[in-house]
Amino acid sequence: MSMLHTINKSPFENSSVSSCLSLCVKDSSILFIEDAVISVMKHSKFCSLIESSLKNFKMYALKPDLEARGLSLENVISGVNIVGYEEFVELTIEHDSVQSWL
Amino acid sequence: MSNEGIVKKFMYVNRKSPYGTIYALESLEVVLISAAFDQDVSLVFIDDGVYQLIKNQNTKGIGMKNFSSTYAALGDYEIKKIYIDNESLNERGLSVSDLQELSWEDENEDYAKKSLINLVSRSELAKIMDQQDVVISF
Repeated sequence: MSMLHTINKSPFENSSVSSCLSLCVKDSSILFIEDAVISVMKHSKFCSLIESSLKNFKMYALKPDLEARGLSLENVISGVNIVGYEEFVELTIEHDSVQSWL
Repeated sequence: MSNEGIVKKFMYVNRKSPYGTIYALESLEVVLISAAFDQDVSLVFIDDGVYQLIKNQNTKGIGMKNFSSTYAALGDYEIKKIYIDNESLNERGLSVSDLQELSWEDENEDYAKKSLINLVSRSELAKIMDQQDVVISF
């Protein structure tokens, strides 16, 4: 089973990001949306957690949410794919199921 | 009114990123309204609240109103005590240069532009918070 996990909360605000990463099985995909896009920025407290998780999971961040928050696309951790709404839809179709972390 | 002229110290504490929730925008509106009451107002950005002041916000893609330019009006509203927690910036890999500049014009010095941003440590902020009459958290 392939699962797409979506997370929409800042990693500084609750434990969704760390819980999701600990419960994801290999080859799952994780899409960071809304305030969760903060998770994929270089130099932050969560950078090493995301970088080490990239070995096991595919990761995506929603571009419009990065841009809205003034987060520079150049400062997104390399290996994290920056996607738009159309690719968001494609991801949901490609995977067998979607889990939305709140 | 018997309590006319009493000035209290009000502190507004911003702890959330913009757009994900309505807190940041609501806080800004309350702060601007409060300026009409001639009180001693402080504005604090801590935790994810520091993201509210990031420059180059572009909300076209998410279809929401970009209210980040409104912070530039704070100086005109005589809200001059703006505190930013340095530790919150550091944890997020941010620095003051990532934030928009906020300033006021000093009419006593030929309208010289002066920065409104005070970078403070947690311990300094704790002392400032302790001196307040009212603390409102967003």
